[in-house]
Amino acid sequence: MVDQLRSTPTGGPNAGPGKGAPLVLQIKDLGVRYGDKAALTGVSLDIRENEIFGIIGPANAGKTSFLRAVNRMDEFDSHMHVSGEVLYHGDNIRNWRNPYAIRRRIGVVFPLPVGLPLSVYENVAFAPRIRGVNTKKDLDIIVERCLRRAALWDEVKDRLETLGSLLSGGQQQRLTIARALSQEPTILMLDEFSIAVDPVTTMRIEAVLKELKHEMTIILVTNLVQQANRLADRTALFLNGRCHEIGDTQALFSGHVQHPETKDYIEGRFG
Amino acid sequence: MSTAPGPGLRPPEDRLDLAWITDKAVQVLMFIGGISAIIFILGIFAFIMREGLSFVFDRFDFLEFFASIRWAPTSNKNPTYGALALIVGTASVTGVAMLVAIPFSLGAAVYISEFASGKTRETLKVLVEMLAAIPSVVWGFIGLTIMNGLIIDLFDVPIGLNVLNAGIILGLMAAPIMTTIAEDALKAVPDRFREAAEAMGATKWQMIRQVIIPAARNGLVSAVLLGVGRGFGETMAVLMASGHAINIPDSVFDSVRALTATIAAELGETAVGSDHYGALFALGLFLFLVTFAINLTADLVVRGIRKQ
Amino acid sequence: MFTATSLNERNDQVQRRFRLLFLVMTLLLVLPVLIILTLLVVRGAPAISLEFLLAYPKSGMTAGGIFPALLGTIFLVAMALLFSVPLGIAAAIYLSEYAPDNWLTRIINLAIINLAGVPSIVHALFGVGAFVIFFGFGTSILAASLTLAIMTLPVVIVATRESLQAVPQAFREACWALGATKWQTIRRIVLPNSISGILTGVILEVSRTAGETAPIMFTGAAFFLPFLPESVYDQTMALSLHLFVVATQVPDVPDHLPYGVALVLVGIVLIMNATSIGFRTYLRGKKKW
Repeated sequence: MVDQLRSTPTGGPNAGPGKGAPLVLQIKDLGVRYGDKAALTGVSLDIRENEIFGIIGPANAGKTSFLRAVNRMDEFDSHMHVSGEVLYHGDNIRNWRNPYAIRRRIGVVFPLPVGLPLSVYENVAFAPRIRGVNTKKDLDIIVERCLRRAALWDEVKDRLETLGSLLSGGQQQRLTIARALSQEPTILMLDEFSIAVDPVTTMRIEAVLKELKHEMTIILVTNLVQQANRLADRTALFLNGRCHEIGDTQALFSGHVQHPETKDYIEGRFG
Repeated sequence: MSTAPGPGLRPPEDRLDLAWITDKAVQVLMFIGGISAIIFILGIFAFIMREGLSFVFDRFDFLEFFASIRWAPTSNKNPTYGALALIVGTASVTGVAMLVAIPFSLGAAVYISEFASGKTRETLKVLVEMLAAIPSVVWGFIGLTIMNGLIIDLFDVPIGLNVLNAGIILGLMAAPIMTTIAEDALKAVPDRFREAAEAMGATKWQMIRQVIIPAARNGLVSAVLLGVGRGFGETMAVLMASGHAINIPDSVFDSVRALTATIAAELGETAVGSDHYGALFALGLFLFLVTFAINLTADLVVRGIRKQ
Repeated sequence: MFTATSLNERNDQVQRRFRLLFLVMTLLLVLPVLIILTLLVVRGAPAISLEFLLAYPKSGMTAGGIFPALLGTIFLVAMALLFSVPLGIAAAIYLSEYAPDNWLTRIINLAIINLAGVPSIVHALFGVGAFVIFFGFGTSILAASLTLAIMTLPVVIVATRESLQAVPQAFREACWALGATKWQTIRRIVLPNSISGILTGVILEVSRTAGETAPIMFTGAAFFLPFLPESVYDQTMALSLHLFVVATQVPDVPDHLPYGVALVLVGIVLIMNATSIGFRTYLRGKKKW
């Protein structure tokens, strides 16, 4: 496991989709404010199919607000206001009448692991159930598949009936990922998933993400610069509520930057 | 992977499915539940106005109502509706009740919040809750029997159903809610205040007196106000323990009659639509407005703390 | 050095004295409960027998049992719960899960506080004006239980709202992130994890409702009925009013009778209350997160 971790950064850039890959998300002039306080201003960027798109930046740079806006989470927060466009396969998600349908296409994993107070099995079966999948056979298949993909199956297969909220932090975070996978999203967004997770689990999840990339697009917000380096095809640096720089991860990390601040941040001179 | 629908075409999953419709319908239902409280409060006001309005317009005499002590609605020759004695009756009973309830309930709140711990605290809280659970009519019965005898024996007075009796009963009834709210207010004082006081070498009592009580002041005031409101509106216990005699009391050993008790005692004997009936609703309206004002003030006082 | 020590000793003494003072005040406040309960048991117990609970009052209510009053109280409480529990839970769900932080929500909260603070006799007047007269239910179980339901509505709302808010917000967000609607989240996660707290509130409401007298006096409870009600439009006897009647309105009642009625009433109320408290303590012990 540790070898794997070491080999990734030295192994060079992650082979990602080329420039020609279709665009999954086009963000145009996205802004987020809470009450009078702007959290994000004028962000425009494209995200391609089957890439891992890393977002780095110091605290309060607007990274989480970005994810919440893409997921239309402002519906649940009367103080949050979003402006600009988010095009999902060319279609503005702001125009969707059923915001719940968007969240089924775009899954999100929060920083702190949240096991719902249901059994491990029901945690993963939650989303399929509310989508109308009710037969035990179908659910069994989905639950096992998602838990396997989240690298949790072997640890919990004998105790699927224990409460998800009572698993260890690392297990809960993988349970959260399994749950997000249970509805076959086309985009998976992760918000600083390793913040409350031990290093071993972090490495396991990183390995999981590299596998998942073949099936979906991943947006990875991270506070660990090296994690972006290990995983992301392209990386964006958010700074003070703006998208400061976007580039191929390899280029950014080998010093080919447009703004000196980017180099400073990557090399840990602030943040 | 999924194929991209062109702009303008609705993606197939963006439809208003059953879950979406259910969610909207439930939201409307819950909203109705939410505003029901407003509807009921307005309803109470409207229906009491409806029954009392003709009396208020046709018969009501402001001066008589607030300045005359003659409440004689059943007099054949000259029915009068002076509520002063009833107001004084309610006020005197509530006053004695507060003399009993304020020190004891605030003292109990301080003890439970600042001194007691663990099992003691839980036991005391349960006992306070039990005090609150005893029904009003049972309190009245206790006033009528136990307290009555006790007051006659102790003070050597002819009648034990008086201001003192009803006041003590009412004080015990109002105390639990005051204790609970005051204790909440004391508990809401941030621990850093306590730590800071301790770091300066203050004793517990100095800390309570100089830091905690001032910080919880608004909550304590609000607790007292709600206790006053409780005493003001209490019916059965006052009816049974106060002696129910129209009288401006000279001492706590005099019997009095309360606003609430008057309604309870007379409503059954009036004809719907009569002046007497309307007058009782006018008393109800007065009670409603006064308790509304007290509750509103208590709420504003509490809101004052949150702003700080 | 010497003065500092004596100052400390003096402080300790002051401290102990105040602690004692507050303890005495607390005990004086709760002592009456114990005295009252003891007296009720001592004087009321001789009256209580199976026959007392299951027989009709006799000889102008100076003898016999309390069966119709006991049953009437059960009817009234059950009907009142039928109205107030669904409405109260809906109101609490709205306030906890949907209500934005705006003026309307503030007014709703104020209305709830006032609904709890309006004197019970004013609720009675409202019941007479609205249910007995305006809606034409007459003095009936229906009118009385509606009055009781509105009066005790705040108890359900406050208890339910508290237990809903005890469910961590993170659970809701996790469900929303999975594309669950608000209602799916409430039904599958929030309610199952707060149902026991809600139940505690409902039991507390039962205890409050059973003891109320003023609101039912003119809306549906009768002094004396020689038969049981047959429909919700009939009047009924009730335990609380029966206590008032035998204590104040009926001459020549033997001493033990009203004590017996009071003991049964307090018994019901306190058992309900104790159940609610016990339930709460038990729940605190088994958290799911």
